[in-house]
Amino acid sequence: MKKADPKKLEELRTRINESRDKNKTCITICGGTGCHAYGCEEIAQTFKDEIEKQKLEDNIDLRVTGCHGFCERGPIVVIQPQGIFYQRVKKENINEIISKTALGNEIIPGLLYEDPQTEEKIEKEKEVPFYKKQRRIIFGRNGFIDPTDIQDYIALDGYKAVSQALFEREPEEIISEVKKSGLRGRGGGGFLTGKKWEICRNTDSSEKYIICNADEGDPGAYMDRSLLEGNPHSIIEGMIIGAYAIGAHEGYIYVRLEYPLAVKNITLALEKAREYGLLGKSILGSDFDFDINVFKGAGAFVSGEETSLMASIEGRRAFPRQRPPYPADKGLWGKPTNINNVETWANVPLIIEKGADWYTQIGTETSKGTKIFSLVGKINNTGLVEVPMGMTLREIIYDIGGGIKDGKKFKAVQTGGPSGGCIPVDMLDQPIDFDTLTRAGSIMGSGGMIVMDEDTCMVDVARYFLKFTQEESCGKCVPCRIGTREMVDILTRITKGRGEKEDIKRLKELAETVKNGSLCGLGQTAPNPVLTTLRYFMDEYKAHIEQKSCLALSCKDLIVYHIDPEKCVGCLLCKKNCPVNAISGERKEVHVIDQDLCIKCGACLDVCPPKVSAVSKHTGKEKQRILEEHNKK
Amino acid sequence: MEKILKQFSPERKELIHILHKVQAENGFISPEAISEISQHLNMSEGEVYGVLTFYNAFTLEPKGKHTITICMGTACHVRGAPAVLDEFSRRLDIPPGQTTEDKYFTLETVNCVGACALGPIVITDGDYHGHATTNDVKKILDQVKDEKQKKKNNEES
Repeated sequence: MKKADPKKLEELRTRINESRDKNKTCITICGGTGCHAYGCEEIAQTFKDEIEKQKLEDNIDLRVTGCHGFCERGPIVVIQPQGIFYQRVKKENINEIISKTALGNEIIPGLLYEDPQTEEKIEKEKEVPFYKKQRRIIFGRNGFIDPTDIQDYIALDGYKAVSQALFEREPEEIISEVKKSGLRGRGGGGFLTGKKWEICRNTDSSEKYIICNADEGDPGAYMDRSLLEGNPHSIIEGMIIGAYAIGAHEGYIYVRLEYPLAVKNITLALEKAREYGLLGKSILGSDFDFDINVFKGAGAFVSGEETSLMASIEGRRAFPRQRPPYPADKGLWGKPTNINNVETWANVPLIIEKGADWYTQIGTETSKGTKIFSLVGKINNTGLVEVPMGMTLREIIYDIGGGIKDGKKFKAVQTGGPSGGCIPVDMLDQPIDFDTLTRAGSIMGSGGMIVMDEDTCMVDVARYFLKFTQEESCGKCVPCRIGTREMVDILTRITKGRGEKEDIKRLKELAETVKNGSLCGLGQTAPNPVLTTLRYFMDEYKAHIEQKSCLALSCKDLIVYHIDPEKCVGCLLCKKNCPVNAISGERKEVHVIDQDLCIKCGACLDVCPPKVSAVSKHTGKEKQRILEEHNKK
Repeated sequence: MEKILKQFSPERKELIHILHKVQAENGFISPEAISEISQHLNMSEGEVYGVLTFYNAFTLEPKGKHTITICMGTACHVRGAPAVLDEFSRRLDIPPGQTTEDKYFTLETVNCVGACALGPIVITDGDYHGHATTNDVKKILDQVKDEKQKKKNNEES
């Protein structure tokens, strides 16, 4: 687009849409990182080769899109315009998909998703229970867009909001619209975005910066990555609007190093946006200049904290600093800076285009809009889900997530990553928004939602998170540096059966000290996983300390593996698979585990055939009995 | 080194970019590299060292021929990643973060790769192994060794 302006952008949009036959079959392949891990690249390449070989370019379009969200069922292939949803597609299926579905409009039942409850096979993507209850206003376009093709985004009304913002609205009007929408920061804090922008706008300075925080470090959370990978232009568009409203001319996207595809796609998207006159000098012919740099993080969790992140961009250690002054006053290079998370930026174009009145219809009184959660762990339908704020945990976990894996019992859901907490079963009917989660002792955080079942030990989970924050603590504040270390030591001791009664009190005291004595969010929230597990799962702590037993049969030092002589058929499977040769017994003889040699890796339990199920785990008194019996022999 | 440094202006803000580049090209950051970077940016060696050791992305020692990465994200953790890591560690006889004596394997952990549907997940030189159990560990190690052998055979023939 030479010398771009709003009119030319609209003309281009019309041209793109007119040149595309809406009824032409389009095979879309999910190209998110999850599907990559399943090998979608090879699937996409084979489709391409076959379409070329059979000279079907005039009949079939092929598009590798962003993440569809239903990672559990990857590789995912959706045939448009009908929206036929094929899951777990293999290379062998490709010719059949082309000949039957793409050319013949015939469904292949074997590739459809089967609802485990009704055993009904479902044809259309939107009818799949996983998607049905979602409200995918941010994430929905991922499935229709090739993130490397800016025209796909433009075709779906992309950059319309920028054009409206720059030519029809004053910066103040934009800020008041965003304020009216009630949008709150999706990175964890939940601060009102419009308010944040206003403060930064009102700070007097000729030089201002905006930053997109894409240093998504919470383990088990990957929604920001999927937006960067799958729909990078929506983030760029949000940032242009934000920069215009605030009066910034330079922006940064700070991306986590572990997300190579996101770095690649966002970098390419920036190039394209510049080429189309949507970034750089006089955007769309207006008098507004703005450009964005990509900064690749270097693997430090603390750099997700805003002041640390800015230190990192400046080429220093990612140490947080005292606030105030807040970044809106003194940020990057000491200049006023506004920093928002990926998902927050992606909300902005929608609010500008459709209006705050439309946006506020979604969500709860105090939390507007939708939230993308990464629903993972012991759940049947692992994936990314976007739901209106206020949906209950039960709806998310059971209706969308399909319930707990292997028919096990739900125990807890962990939200908010290492800064969050574990929410127990009796809170399943809580509507989820910023405030209800805080009241429960957890936080919304960036949107990780890790489901835990009866086999998950809550003391071990607390230890896991504390270990994480302890390792990632930058070391600046003594209570965080030493306090988390002490807490890990105590928790480790408890999981090893060496816990003392006073440990609970010690943990609570340390938690208070770490919370109150730390400068940044990392330390201030680090004790949350411990405090919530103490609050809701005290029985497990007590069992570990008093009975030396792990109720979830998970802590290695508190369990033994045992082969039931009544059930063992002597099939040799466990013996062959034991990595330390701790199992004795010949074919058709009862096998026995040598408890002195056993390293408790669980290999025997994994391989023992389900109909035999002779291997089991024991703790507490039963463990004692088995060990005594073993010692007698 | 000179070639790399030429691409960057002598400003402090370039430090992390330079370190990324050196790490990617050389596989680690040597004392000589630290010295040259510090001269280029007019900083002390101590400052460069301080920044590079703060971040996980940079290493002071070369890695082994093959890198085995175990995802230790929360989803993988609750699905049994610690047992898988223990088994790798036991078989390779090294703790996570180290390289075997023959410089063949480096065992690493990562906080999360965001492929949670496949957890526990093991990545060997960029290849994903999903739903890994302790029983798969030997198989995965053999596979990596086999591929090495295959390549070697191909080169010889």
